[in-house]
Amino acid sequence: MAAALINVPARAKRGDVIEIRTLTSHIMETGFRHTAAGDLVPRDIITSFTCRYNGIEIFHADLYPAIAANPYLSFFTVAKESGKFEFEWIGDNGYSSTASASITVE
Amino acid sequence: MRTTRRQFLSLAGSVTAAGTIPIVTLRPIDATPAMLNTAIRNVVGEAPIRTGKVKLDIPPLVENGNTVPMTVSVASPLTAADYVKSIHVFNEKNPQPNIGNFHLGPWSGRAQVSTRIRLADSQKVVAIARLSDDSFWQVAADVVVTLAACTEEVN
Repeated sequence: MAAALINVPARAKRGDVIEIRTLTSHIMETGFRHTAAGDLVPRDIITSFTCRYNGIEIFHADLYPAIAANPYLSFFTVAKESGKFEFEWIGDNGYSSTASASITVE
Repeated sequence: MRTTRRQFLSLAGSVTAAGTIPIVTLRPIDATPAMLNTAIRNVVGEAPIRTGKVKLDIPPLVENGNTVPMTVSVASPLTAADYVKSIHVFNEKNPQPNIGNFHLGPWSGRAQVSTRIRLADSQKVVAIARLSDDSFWQVAADVVVTLAACTEEVN
């Protein structure tokens, strides 16, 4: 699903601290809102985000309804080797989305 | 019985008044400071929480509580012996006290996380960091919100 925007530097020097920014499209319905008719709108959020660097988990986040729609996350890691970042979002109603980005470390 | 003009007007008036009573939307009870404390204790346990080391960047005044940029950073050398295990962010008055838990490690390079959050009211936001020695450090920031998020009606 092309619902995610990933920003990872394409190249880095070994040992550099790099910033990883991710944005995914999701309504993040809180489950606290009502329609004008008074019905509760059921919760539909992303509950978990994981980033793996060459298969090793480097960042994990538990998200709650207080995270804004289209969750944006920025975090850092040390570029240690060339390879691939894999991103995974898991949410309510069986929601699952993945993305990846590669990096060349010199 | 003939309706007098006076009776008619008073009846019409009361109907109009009833008609203008707004439809009350039931809102969930806001997270109270007690809920905030409970949520924090669920993460921290009985450990003492010290103030410092953590920095919370959040605008003091926001127009729209639906998307409030927020950055938490922790002063840490991020070595194998001394690093940040996790960062936890809480609020005082949203329907739920949790905002997010972010798990880091010695490989993080910089103990900093940014995201965008929702705030239902002007309130306090608390960020707590758990370091590798299982000590907890916190910082709080007050945010004034002019347009609330979370509980508004869906159109």
